[in-house]
Amino acid sequence: MVLADQAILEIRQTANQVRKDVLRMVNAATCGHPGGPLGMADFMTTLFLQHFNLTPETLHNEDRDRLVLGNGHTCAGYYALLAAKGILPREELMTFRKFGARLQGHPHRNADMGIDFSTGSLGNSLSVAVGMAMGARLSGYENRIFSISSDGESQEGQIWEAAMSAAHYQLGNLTAVVDFNNVQIDGHMRDVMNVRDLKLKYEAFGWHAMDVDGHDVLAVHDALEAANAVYEKPSAIICHTLIGKGVSFMEDQPGWHGVAPNDEQLALALAELEAAPE
Amino acid sequence: MPSTQTLAPLACDSPVKIVATRDAYGSALLELGAKRDDIVVLDADLSGSTKTKAFSQAYPARFFNQGVAEANMMGTAAGMASMGYTVFASSFAMFAAGKPWEQIRQSICVPELNVKICATHAGLTVGEDGKSHQMLEDITLMRVIPQMRVIVPADAVEAAAAVRAVAETDGPFYVRLSRASTPVIFAEDYKFELGKGAILREGTDLCIAACGVCVAPALQAAEELAKSGVEARVINLATIDPIDRDLILDSAERCGAILTVEEHQIRGGLGDAVAQVVVHGKPVPMQMLGMDNAFGQSGTADELLAHYGLDAPAIVARSQELMQRKA
Repeated sequence: MVLADQAILEIRQTANQVRKDVLRMVNAATCGHPGGPLGMADFMTTLFLQHFNLTPETLHNEDRDRLVLGNGHTCAGYYALLAAKGILPREELMTFRKFGARLQGHPHRNADMGIDFSTGSLGNSLSVAVGMAMGARLSGYENRIFSISSDGESQEGQIWEAAMSAAHYQLGNLTAVVDFNNVQIDGHMRDVMNVRDLKLKYEAFGWHAMDVDGHDVLAVHDALEAANAVYEKPSAIICHTLIGKGVSFMEDQPGWHGVAPNDEQLALALAELEAAPE
Repeated sequence: MPSTQTLAPLACDSPVKIVATRDAYGSALLELGAKRDDIVVLDADLSGSTKTKAFSQAYPARFFNQGVAEANMMGTAAGMASMGYTVFASSFAMFAAGKPWEQIRQSICVPELNVKICATHAGLTVGEDGKSHQMLEDITLMRVIPQMRVIVPADAVEAAAAVRAVAETDGPFYVRLSRASTPVIFAEDYKFELGKGAILREGTDLCIAACGVCVAPALQAAEELAKSGVEARVINLATIDPIDRDLILDSAERCGAILTVEEHQIRGGLGDAVAQVVVHGKPVPMQMLGMDNAFGQSGTADELLAHYGLDAPAIVARSQELMQRKA
């Protein structure tokens, strides 16, 4: 389905709001990971608003879509999107990472919050999504299972065990979205441990794989539609992104993987996002 | 103090039936598969040995071979469980508890999912395969994880009952099973209860607490000790987590000394679990038999149990030493 101009505008506005929420949340927590969720905001918002069918009405439906956020440290953006979809109260966002809060530093499975799985340990996520996809198919559901991971997470061997199994079991209901921003904690991914061409790797494992610009909302939407149209094999969408996207002093800077902006930096960043064209 | 405890019904077959606990697992799984559609089974290329093959042939749509990829198997099990299935996942204990420990902690226990890890070929009695395959640390690795419950059945009757019990109880379990065929101890009317130990023989001079394949030699040792006038209470502590505190404290009170026996490292195993109860509740002299910070080697199961001091004669000798320490 072609996206209407109004839908594209809504995605862009929501992505901008997600970025602002993420910065405010991480600033208030005085710790956390701003870079990843800023880079992922465009494709995650496209996924949440146009594809992932989680809503307050479907929240407890057994046959609704599922999502596993493998790079769980980027959860500030995930929580902001759950709020944008009306699953979480917006005011709860500012409790992120605080003692006693539901919004844990890494996501914890919670049926009432629409959080389908506990994550945070890199490498474990795709296997879980594979299990969900197998379970969904065995139950006769027509839902989709989304796994979100990253180029850095792809260094974990378990990802490739899961990739092998997903293709072996022809899990057409599974879509793996990979945030490829070329940045990990110790520096640029190409310097730390180069995972090289993930599209080729997924294809070699028997997947339907696509490279897209993770900031091109239409391209991401088309890729998610294409993934849904492939029944006989799982699909991988390698989203090429810029870490820190939208805030000039954070873009492509490994240092912003896991550092909170101070109040001054927050004000500068919010001003840039307010001025951003929609 | 008069005994309020009852003895578990023991088998009185002659000759004694010899069955491996892994075989009992395979049969129990097959029965469960017929009764419940929500039961699915995963295996990591060892279905012939772990005995999940019968289930795979009877219910092929609910069996998923994972290949030699145990980390992925545990994550997949967690994902299926999150979709409402009761998932049994099997491999050899070394590869079911050792290799994917982190996946078990993060993906199964943290979200408290309904996954039953049934690990076969545990302990020394794997035999000839040697130290790479003799898993002697799995009880420790599993019981230390919050939410995980650990069961080490003593024989085929208890193994089948334990498999049925974990299928009916929500949450993660680790069931430790053996390759070697071992004597059937319990009568068919034995009632297994999660978290409860069983008294197999009554006595007041010392308590011998054992699990798994070490229960049969513990019973033999007690009969041997009786010939020299030492009456040992023998208890089977199949559920190591949650451990039966009441039975352990009652045994400490009644017998004044406890000897533990397991085919597992002493550090962190059954002996440690018993000691943690004893030191807090009723300190008495203890002796722990097991692997003393060592790896095994190739040999038959019987040769290895004898070499590492886990057969009946060794239990008799260590019991007599412990009696000396009972002031």
